[in-house]
Amino acid sequence: MILSQETCRKCFARNPRGWKGVYLASLLSIFFLLEKGVFFMERERVMKKQKGITFILLVSGFCLYLWVNDPQSAYAMHIMEGFLPLGWALFWWIIFLPFFILGLRSLIKITKNHPELKLLLGLAGAFTFVLSALKIPSVTGSSSHPTGTGLGTILFGPLVMSVLGSLVLLFQALLVAHGGITTLGANAFSMAVVGPFVAYGVYRSLVKSGVGQRWSVFSAATLANLTTYVVTSVQLALAFPAEAGGILASFLKFAGIFAVTQIPLAISEGLLTLLVINWLHTYNSQDLEKLMYKKKEVL
Amino acid sequence: MKKSMKGMNWFLIIIVIVLAVLPLLLNKGSEFSGADGVAEETIQEIVPSYAPWFQPLLEPPGGETESLLFAVQAAIGAGMIGYVIGFFKGRSLRKDK
Repeated sequence: MILSQETCRKCFARNPRGWKGVYLASLLSIFFLLEKGVFFMERERVMKKQKGITFILLVSGFCLYLWVNDPQSAYAMHIMEGFLPLGWALFWWIIFLPFFILGLRSLIKITKNHPELKLLLGLAGAFTFVLSALKIPSVTGSSSHPTGTGLGTILFGPLVMSVLGSLVLLFQALLVAHGGITTLGANAFSMAVVGPFVAYGVYRSLVKSGVGQRWSVFSAATLANLTTYVVTSVQLALAFPAEAGGILASFLKFAGIFAVTQIPLAISEGLLTLLVINWLHTYNSQDLEKLMYKKKEVL
Repeated sequence: MKKSMKGMNWFLIIIVIVLAVLPLLLNKGSEFSGADGVAEETIQEIVPSYAPWFQPLLEPPGGETESLLFAVQAAIGAGMIGYVIGFFKGRSLRKDK
């Protein structure tokens, strides 16, 4: 605790703006309450010591976050139309397509063998659809949006999301001029392939290692969002290496700023995913359990 | 619905709102732009000669139409979520009886 208090004092010294203090304080209280209250259902499973460490980590994480950040512009998650050289655009399309085809197969299999799950599939698709339309302001003074791919991944596995996610991207590329057709391969690879696979890996390994289901859902969705943006900046860096410093320098340039913007949004995404999972727990525990615990049998 | 679960859900919603509203208070000078433009600028900074080789097929004529389309997107999605959750809720209530 002493450590985190000291760190906090430093943050306040660095940030002359009063509001940042308020923001920090409210975040701290939120996380304190989160620790104490929200996840109480799993309290017996988590040892007290572990809890203390998590709390300190969270506090210092946010101190660091506020210490580092200053109002800056961030990058949108999707690479704009025409902003990847032809070679790279094709490259990402080719990498993305096999996942799309596998996803389509898995989607057809699910709807054929379990037509009762169609509604849940619709829910997973709708969730990505809403979340990627919400451009939420972030601390850095710019907006970005959640991806919403975590929910579908937790319910149906990562492959299904490669189809649902890319449909959302296609809609945005065609109608809103957000992202693009030429860059769809790259954007879909980051949002609809890598994000879901990360979510799946995180979710499975956390559940396996005995972490409560709620924390696992939250972490899976949050990390899926963050990874998506990291992959986007890798893609941009590969296509546009800096003259001095090459790919790494450009990666840091692209990733450095938006990573900070993305953290609160990723947290929001994790919380919203958890909210929907909670609803399903209450109103449709039957399907949920079938999907979450006996995944191999169903799919 | 269990009481504890309900409390938790409200709590989750409140945190999400707080996370979205506080930045508005923090950075009063900022416009919270979508920052697509900044990505373009950075690319141009790294490779000054780069010109986009493909234009969007359809581009909304202005900010108003664009926000309309985004609102439509969110509305369709939210409607679907509401329908599905409502359907499940009705079904589970009927089963309980």
